Amino acid sequence: MNVEKKLTTLIVDDNIVVRMVHRALLRKFGMETQEVKNGQEAVLAHHNGACFDLIMMNLDMLVMNGRQVCFYKSHVDSLIVRMTSREKEEEEKSFLDAGIDYYYPKPLTIDVVRDLVEKINGNA
Amino acid sequence: MEQIQRKLAEYTASLYNEKILDEQFIQLQQLQDESNPDFVVEVVSLFFEDSERLLNELAKALNQTNVDFKKLDAHVHQLKGSSSSIGAQRVQRVCISFRNYCDDRNVEGCLKCLQQIKIEYTLVKNKLETLFKLEKQFVDAGGSFPVV
Repeated sequence: MNVEKKLTTLIVDDNIVVRMVHRALLRKFGMETQEVKNGQEAVLAHHNGACFDLIMMNLDMLVMNGRQVCFYKSHVDSLIVRMTSREKEEEEKSFLDAGIDYYYPKPLTIDVVRDLVEKINGNA
Repeated sequence: MEQIQRKLAEYTASLYNEKILDEQFIQLQQLQDESNPDFVVEVVSLFFEDSERLLNELAKALNQTNVDFKKLDAHVHQLKGSSSSIGAQRVQRVCISFRNYCDDRNVEGCLKCLQQIKIEYTLVKNKLETLFKLEKQFVDAGGSFPVV
């Protein structure tokens, strides 16, 4: 495993405050981050061959849909994580079939990020 | 300095006891370090700015003759997400009720929630501004964090 390589994360969320908090959480673990506001921008971020170790998605956003999620699974080799709200958990479980690797309840915390980093490094 | 430290500790504890803030705020404090020394103040300031924008949007949306509940819900959802991410628990809670009224297309319920959110938001804003003032007094008196 190449320990010099920095892990990269794509943050997908429509709220500016949430993006800022996620950015700080991920950078605390040495990750480089890029932020987009919705699913369309997330797909665009993958043009020019960019790829990410981790994609953090807030799928309650209006602009994301299952097709876009499947795009990730077939085109990119990232760990895809979905942040969910507690009320909609049953709905979210069905997204696991659509290609999400893990889902976590909001809000994102240090422990969850630590867990994710371990998962990514475990897959390296 | 000890007096300020005690005052700060008591004030901070009261915010958690009154459920104005939850553990997520502690997460924010843990993210503050030498490479990110003003993180908490910065993210909270952004929250204030963003919330005020959203509250305006909510008022506007509820003022329409034909209320667009989808749009309304989208704004509430944003406020719910941002308040949750900084630990503003009481604001977040009202957002949850608000969304239920949106689902039921209940304008009166929504209006009541908007009033409630404004109250909770003003409360958390005042409390956080006081907290930051106390923290500054503490630092100016020679104190340093983390404070147990």
